[in-house]
Amino acid sequence: MTNEPSAPLPDRPAPKPSTLAVHAGEDRQKPGYSITDPIFCTATYTFADTQAVIDFVQQKLPREEYARYGNPTEKVAQRKLAALEGGEAALLFSSGMAAIACLLQAKLRAGDEIILFDQCYHRTREFCSKHLGKFGVLTHLVPTGDYEQMEAAVTPNTRLLVSESPTNPHLSVVDLQRFVAIGSKHGIETVIDATLATPYNTRPLEVGVDYVVHSCTKYLGGHNDLLSGVVIGSEEKLEPIRKLRGVIGAINGPHTIHLLLRGLKTFELRMQRHNENGLAVARFLDQHPRVEKVYYPGLPSHPYYEVAGRTMRGYGGLLTFQLAGADWRRTAAVVDAVRIPRIGPSLGGVESLIEQPIVMSYHDFTPQEKRALGIADNMIRLSCGIEDKEDLIADLAQALDKEK
Amino acid sequence: MKFRTRAIHVGNEPDPVTGAVVRPIHMAATYVQPGAGDWGRFDYSRSGNPTREAFETTLASLESGCGALGFASGMAAIHCVTMLLEPGDHILAGADIYGGSYRLFNRIVNRAGIEVTLAPSSDLDAFEAAIRPSTRLVWIESPGNPLMSITDIAACAELAHRHGALLGVDSTFATPVLTRPLELGADVVMHSATKYLGGHSDVLGGALTVKDPELNERLHFIQNATGAVMAPFEAFLCSRGMKTLELRVREQSRTAASLAGWLAGDRRVTRVLYPGLPDHPGHKIAARQMDGAFGAMLAFDVAGDFAAAKRVAENTRLFQLAVSLGAVESLIEQPAAMSHASYDRHDRLAHGITDGLIRLSVGLESPEDLLEDLDQALGNTS
Repeated sequence: MTNEPSAPLPDRPAPKPSTLAVHAGEDRQKPGYSITDPIFCTATYTFADTQAVIDFVQQKLPREEYARYGNPTEKVAQRKLAALEGGEAALLFSSGMAAIACLLQAKLRAGDEIILFDQCYHRTREFCSKHLGKFGVLTHLVPTGDYEQMEAAVTPNTRLLVSESPTNPHLSVVDLQRFVAIGSKHGIETVIDATLATPYNTRPLEVGVDYVVHSCTKYLGGHNDLLSGVVIGSEEKLEPIRKLRGVIGAINGPHTIHLLLRGLKTFELRMQRHNENGLAVARFLDQHPRVEKVYYPGLPSHPYYEVAGRTMRGYGGLLTFQLAGADWRRTAAVVDAVRIPRIGPSLGGVESLIEQPIVMSYHDFTPQEKRALGIADNMIRLSCGIEDKEDLIADLAQALDKEK
Repeated sequence: MKFRTRAIHVGNEPDPVTGAVVRPIHMAATYVQPGAGDWGRFDYSRSGNPTREAFETTLASLESGCGALGFASGMAAIHCVTMLLEPGDHILAGADIYGGSYRLFNRIVNRAGIEVTLAPSSDLDAFEAAIRPSTRLVWIESPGNPLMSITDIAACAELAHRHGALLGVDSTFATPVLTRPLELGADVVMHSATKYLGGHSDVLGGALTVKDPELNERLHFIQNATGAVMAPFEAFLCSRGMKTLELRVREQSRTAASLAGWLAGDRRVTRVLYPGLPDHPGHKIAARQMDGAFGAMLAFDVAGDFAAAKRVAENTRLFQLAVSLGAVESLIEQPAAMSHASYDRHDRLAHGITDGLIRLSVGLESPEDLLEDLDQALGNTS
């Protein structure tokens, strides 16, 4: 069963992103003539008679069967995400980790090897090295942005090249063309986790990446009130992943799908605001005497400024900065002094969030590991929400002035 | 804090128990009490509910009020206001108001011995002439529906108070982003939260906001006694919608302004009603009373007859043919055939609701796509 039914939008002229966000993937006439898609809280779907079952199993009848395999509203959300990303099809999962884990498990078998840029999300690294390792898959980590080392790590068993772009928390940006070129040259498929970029800022499929993964929990859902993940790519490449998802069942519930669809309607507006706030706050921090370094791809001082300028439309709401001459306690004091951003993990929602990686995401790493990963004591990660940028800057200014 | 920041944070402090950045949805109908006769913060969800209270707190902040009340629908909210009145009291309402409010005043409220008069609130002399000694409530909308008339809210507040009446404003079209009637002297602001506050066509809700704590208490007493309260899940969706309210309203208003300008220059259109156009009779007041934009609702007359307008309304591809308004999806309707079809044709025409009138609720789609759509739909008229 594919994502084909009646797209309501005329093909020509090609609809713009905000129009896609509101309408793409939705039928013009919905059940009950509702203007919004209904929430199908159903575990199973009934058949009129035995012949209908036979027609369905012989794939003559496109319809739902059991909720682990699909849900009508989920299909709408998948079509909308595919349209925004410029992909053929999309598959939703219960979280971003469920999405990437299912993709990797569907594509890899014992003896296969994968190559990751080393700055990818620490749970993805953990999944590959610890979990896939147990099943005989070998993971190679190479320094982020080092394409020579990536290519040098390729063996006849390499099946996937995996990276995030931008990375978290260093905001390194992958040169997608060079990344894809290695894959094409050696006949290896490529995966980009573009959670931090979103399809508003980067569209990796257009450059030739095979699979785009998002944690929809972040910008796509956008309201810090749901967990979801997605894999986007061609119908053919997604088919084995769809089959495995049907077996393991890491799917979204119907209410989550409704909130995700609802969040996507304002996707473009929110991203414009996240981009604007992220850049304004990064520029403010960059000239602040207490700030030693700011990681934000929109700043000329960032090592990936040139790559980002070529490959991204905006740079998102996430940034990381380091305080001059501060130990972890004095850094924590600034985190504790801000009033608008809440202290917490995650990012990409309307509410700003702040965290100190050393005490939050990386609390159980040894000092050596943290050093190797570039996680410093004086580092703060800030996810700028869509509040007024002047309020955010004033808040950071008072926190930095107070805790000298 | 600025408006946009308050829309996200006021009333939405993280849950004190779990730290959840989005507070839980309290579906509870009742609350366990500390002792017999010893009442906790909440007792029964008709009287108060934490999720509804969060929505009310945010809205009160955005409207510069002292408190707000969430209702099951916009009509439930306005009905609550009319229950402040007693037999013999009189309501003076603007002429360009929502048909549902007109029906409530003339078919339900009048049964309780309350008299109602409609007069054009955009003409202050004519409006004041309709005031009676028994007038207790003056009710206006700005912009009006469907003719987009503009009423001077500050002048109406002065007028109402001089005659000992309350001023109530249905501010559904303007939203607190563009107009804050309490700051202009109004006593009660009403919203159909179904529209811009919810913003996604997926909730029914209403709200009242006031600046006088005593009036808030009287309205809360009526709400609790009559029970048309907003449900917890709807309150959650409205709170979620308000986090993007300013972004949506400003973007949708920008698109509406560009469509109005384009329609005004098109020969297939004979009249455009949009307060942002300099030749709109209420433009000057709107420019003063509305904060930087003129809203996302507009109406226009199609050259030709009823059938020509009907064809336009039925031939759009992005604009969907439906009543309601204020959401991310653009909607189109023909008042003569839809929202105002129950009017006698003579009365309807006397109100300026012509056969060729089309009303648009401009959504979040790209302006270029919406313009293309209108252009092709109008093309079918010739």
